[in-house]
Amino acid sequence: MSDCHTAPPRVSRRPATGGADARLIALAGQPNMGKSTLFNILTGLNQHVGNWPGKTIERREGDFAYKGHPYRMVDLPGTYSLTANSPEEVIAREFILRENPSLVVAIVSAANLERSLYLVSELVCLPVPLVVALNMMDVADQEGISVSAKILESALGVPVVPMTATRATGVNELMEAIEQVLAGKCPVVPCRPEVRADHRLVMEEITRQIDSHVPLPYPPEWVALKLLEGDSEIAHTMQTALPSCNWEAVQAILLQHDDALLAVASGRYEWIGQILQVAVERPKMGQISLTERLDRWAAHPIWGLLILAGILGLVFWITFKIGAPVQNWLSVEVVARLATLARLALAGTPAWLSGLVANGLLGGVGAVITFLPIMVIFFATFAFLEDVGYMARAAYVMDNLMHLMGLHGKSFLPLFLGFGCNVPSIMGTRVVDSRPGRLLTILIAPLVPCTARLAVVAFLAPAFFGSNALYVSWGLVLLSMFMLVLSGTLLSKIIFKGQRSAFIMEMPLYHLPNARTIGLLVWQRSMSFTKKAGTKILAMALVIWALSVLPGGELNTSYLAQFGKLIEPIGKLMGMDWRLTVALIASFPAKENAIAALGVLFGSSPQGGLTQMLTASYSTASALSFLVVTMLFIPCMATVAVIRQETGSWRWTLLNIVMMLTLSFIAGISVYHLAVLLRLS
Amino acid sequence: MVTRTSQIPLAELVAGEQATILSFQNMREVAGRLTSLGFTPSVRVMMMQNQGRGPLLVNVRGTHVALGRREAQKIIVQRMSE
Repeated sequence: MSDCHTAPPRVSRRPATGGADARLIALAGQPNMGKSTLFNILTGLNQHVGNWPGKTIERREGDFAYKGHPYRMVDLPGTYSLTANSPEEVIAREFILRENPSLVVAIVSAANLERSLYLVSELVCLPVPLVVALNMMDVADQEGISVSAKILESALGVPVVPMTATRATGVNELMEAIEQVLAGKCPVVPCRPEVRADHRLVMEEITRQIDSHVPLPYPPEWVALKLLEGDSEIAHTMQTALPSCNWEAVQAILLQHDDALLAVASGRYEWIGQILQVAVERPKMGQISLTERLDRWAAHPIWGLLILAGILGLVFWITFKIGAPVQNWLSVEVVARLATLARLALAGTPAWLSGLVANGLLGGVGAVITFLPIMVIFFATFAFLEDVGYMARAAYVMDNLMHLMGLHGKSFLPLFLGFGCNVPSIMGTRVVDSRPGRLLTILIAPLVPCTARLAVVAFLAPAFFGSNALYVSWGLVLLSMFMLVLSGTLLSKIIFKGQRSAFIMEMPLYHLPNARTIGLLVWQRSMSFTKKAGTKILAMALVIWALSVLPGGELNTSYLAQFGKLIEPIGKLMGMDWRLTVALIASFPAKENAIAALGVLFGSSPQGGLTQMLTASYSTASALSFLVVTMLFIPCMATVAVIRQETGSWRWTLLNIVMMLTLSFIAGISVYHLAVLLRLS
Repeated sequence: MVTRTSQIPLAELVAGEQATILSFQNMREVAGRLTSLGFTPSVRVMMMQNQGRGPLLVNVRGTHVALGRREAQKIIVQRMSE
């Protein structure tokens, strides 16, 4: 039973004054333990989101004050252990060992204590004071599990504070415990797990070999443990730190005991088992939980796919029902009016200045702002599905299909996000745990048609195909999906040679969504989207604008048009004249620019007469080819920039551009000539 | 019920069956991830969903874990009889 009262936390979210003397606290915990909920309660909007140095892993830290003391809290990546299975674990332990936080808060779940104490069994071995936040007391209550925080506290030897973060109860008690420990009023003498009995001598032997050579700040015993666990990072460090004879001795021991990892892990679970025996009372197993009942449908190979399809359909429906009208309103009522106002205000100035502001600047800003409503809807539905625990089920049911491409279920989530916009999709590939898998997902992600491309199709398909527009649009989406599976399959066979990462994923318990968590997530993702896309789209929009007015101020004679005419022979292969070619190039800063460019090239606004002019000017074959190429053409500028950022390499970025160019050209040429053969022209 | 003591891959359990983990085969690179999620020798697991193909769902130490079929082929278990 939770004995927490429900008084609002006394934590003040004023930014801590004098950052230097703020007490540094690290928040550690496994995934799905409510870590972000607790972090959000304490720091609110006073958060800085960035990346860990040299890594594409999000680093969140925040400031708050409690009883006049300023605190700085760093949210460590959610990890199941501290062994180098992925970069997250290395980040978490290096932070604790090198940045010397005053204290680490380890968050565990009362409803799933056995597994969540595994990370604690590692944390107690590090030279830093620890406080355990025993979260999800309400869930444990519902399942009839009773955990005694007092007994747990004496068994662990560190303070344990029961809490329910989703209701913000127990937060003051947690801060109180932290104050006590930092004031030295509460001695922390952790009880530590031991290696399973049959490996203790081995462990002592390794410790002897490495003892005086372990580089700071690592504790020698801990290093010995990590070596036994087969930790590649620590093995590498020690290989350079140890004299070669010692290293060879250590290697010989490790080779003889290649099952040592299991002995270490078993030792930790034995330690946990002993603690649970005294601290937890659980009912007889056998009752079927809500999660199990829901998963009979949501994780079913057929029903699960239908449910997923239904959810995706709903997301699209909401996006186009709410997002598209808002987007339209913003672009007509806000951006277009601002442009008119700017022209009026700059009436007396040189033409190039008002052009720069009205077309270049506002055009670029407008592209970002008008896409924000759609992105917010996508981010919100994603955050909601993530928070209730559904996303793991989507990954699970999509695993089979993703295997075709040498990927597994987790890659599906970022790809889906790509229907909104490819930029967050590529950032979202961070959930894929292996580097080859992640690179492959990034390479095929731009083939997911984003809302901007769908907007171009939605505008042009009716102009070209009249009543058949809907079928053509569906055909284009299906073609993109087919290309995605095809290139994924080929890339995994050719470049990644069937390297497959293991599919091991926790299916968290379903739980009620928390508005604060979702709200903050949407806020942060939208801000980061606006910043990234904003700066890059703006810069490039200005460049394209300049190319479209220089040297004479007329698009028809501009550098852009000259370039379009220069490469027209290539366009001709796909049945496109220089204007369609220029429209394609203009879609690089932002895909929907293709429409605006055609408008300028035909000297008419998209609202009036453009459709009729297009219908009159192009054959069905050319139109079809142009739409196909638009769907598959090189990703927009913001996407290219984010691919560079997330892969950390121009080579992968260029490979993606070349791949998309090749795909779109081949598809464009084939579609055009096929259509001509079938006399569609 | 007849007690079957044969060692089989985890992937061969049908939904509802329980088993004890014996060992991992050739899984050096993912053994660390498995142990941190609760898979260790002598722990009891329960198969929650196994359709014969595709991924499967296992309950280990109260956590529901999705495993690829390849991974589940390499975890050797012993069936537990009722």
